[in-house]
Amino acid sequence: MAEFSLPANSKISDKGKSYPAPAGASRTKTFRIYRWSPDDGQNPRYDSYTIDLDDCGPMVLDALIKIKGEIDPTLTFRRSCREGICGSCSMNIDGTNTLACTLAIEDVKGDVKITPLPHMQVVKDLVPDMTHFYAQYASIKPWLQTVTPAPAMKERVQSPQDREKLDGLYECILCACCSTSCPSYWWNSDRFLGPAILLQAYRWLADSRDEMTGERLDQLEDPFRLYRCHTIMNCANVCPKGLNPAKAIAEIKKMMVSRSV
Amino acid sequence: MADSRPLSPHLSIWKWRVHMATSIFHRISGNALVFAGLTLFAWWLAAAATSKEAYASFAAVADSPIGWIVWVGLSWMFFQHLMSGIRHLIMDSGWGYALGTSKMTATWVFVGAILLTAAFWAVFFFGPGLR
Repeated sequence: MAEFSLPANSKISDKGKSYPAPAGASRTKTFRIYRWSPDDGQNPRYDSYTIDLDDCGPMVLDALIKIKGEIDPTLTFRRSCREGICGSCSMNIDGTNTLACTLAIEDVKGDVKITPLPHMQVVKDLVPDMTHFYAQYASIKPWLQTVTPAPAMKERVQSPQDREKLDGLYECILCACCSTSCPSYWWNSDRFLGPAILLQAYRWLADSRDEMTGERLDQLEDPFRLYRCHTIMNCANVCPKGLNPAKAIAEIKKMMVSRSV
Repeated sequence: MADSRPLSPHLSIWKWRVHMATSIFHRISGNALVFAGLTLFAWWLAAAATSKEAYASFAAVADSPIGWIVWVGLSWMFFQHLMSGIRHLIMDSGWGYALGTSKMTATWVFVGAILLTAAFWAVFFFGPGLR
């Protein structure tokens, strides 16, 4: 049975700190950021940072970097490419999972509330533990599997039409925005693979060069691994790359049906 | 160490959209039909089989203001479940996954359920010879 409320150690206390706007700032924005440290034995809290928008880059990640650099160096988050291709800065901003680097501050109305990706173990502040997510990714064997011998002196070729079947799949950056937006994944992440991993699974099922389609489908044919998707559609709505994991899952389900009739 | 790590907030911070509401209402309406619907159905049958007085006590509750709220609520839950069930059926065929389409069909589940409920009671009260 799903546990709808947070465990006692995860409830958010009201002991957050508040950092006021710098003197003379005319255009300000307040960021309410989830804070938790493994070192002090305290419950999580929200700290509020009010910053001067005239002295900050346009994206939410710019604000986070500014806060860490100039106000509070203890603030912890993942980031790398700052252009929506590495997937490191995925977090929940204003109630929706997205990448901090591709969301403009001005697109958030009111205070900017930031929490880690939902229903994940928190390592520190905005950094969730992705170990289980990556293990699930490894479980679908995300590489080309073949039984026929490799062609001599050339690669395994693919027609442009077959290559097109991978569009909308290969772009996934594994940021986990979709999986951690999915209520089915919240309640059953121990057994349900979740939208990101299932989209990746379909990426290999749809690849004309892969020769393990049957084995891959066997691995997914399970009440939990695949069929916990109830087409809630949060995944497709939050994907920062505009992909549609729910549609990919539906395609896997159709493959399951068509191979059994 | 790992056990002391908190679980990040989920339902409490999530911004709901209509397609997520459709999904949770499918469960709520299904449960309402099973628990409230079956309980009342069993009571009705048991009362009818027991005695005239037992049936009268059922009828009194059924015709009370609370009873009417329950009947209208149950009929609404029935049409809600019917509509979202049809939506699930269509999506299981592989259609309706585009963002705009799924939002539109989810909205129509709610609108359609309310319209069908209204139509049902309009026929019940004003239709020819039903009451």
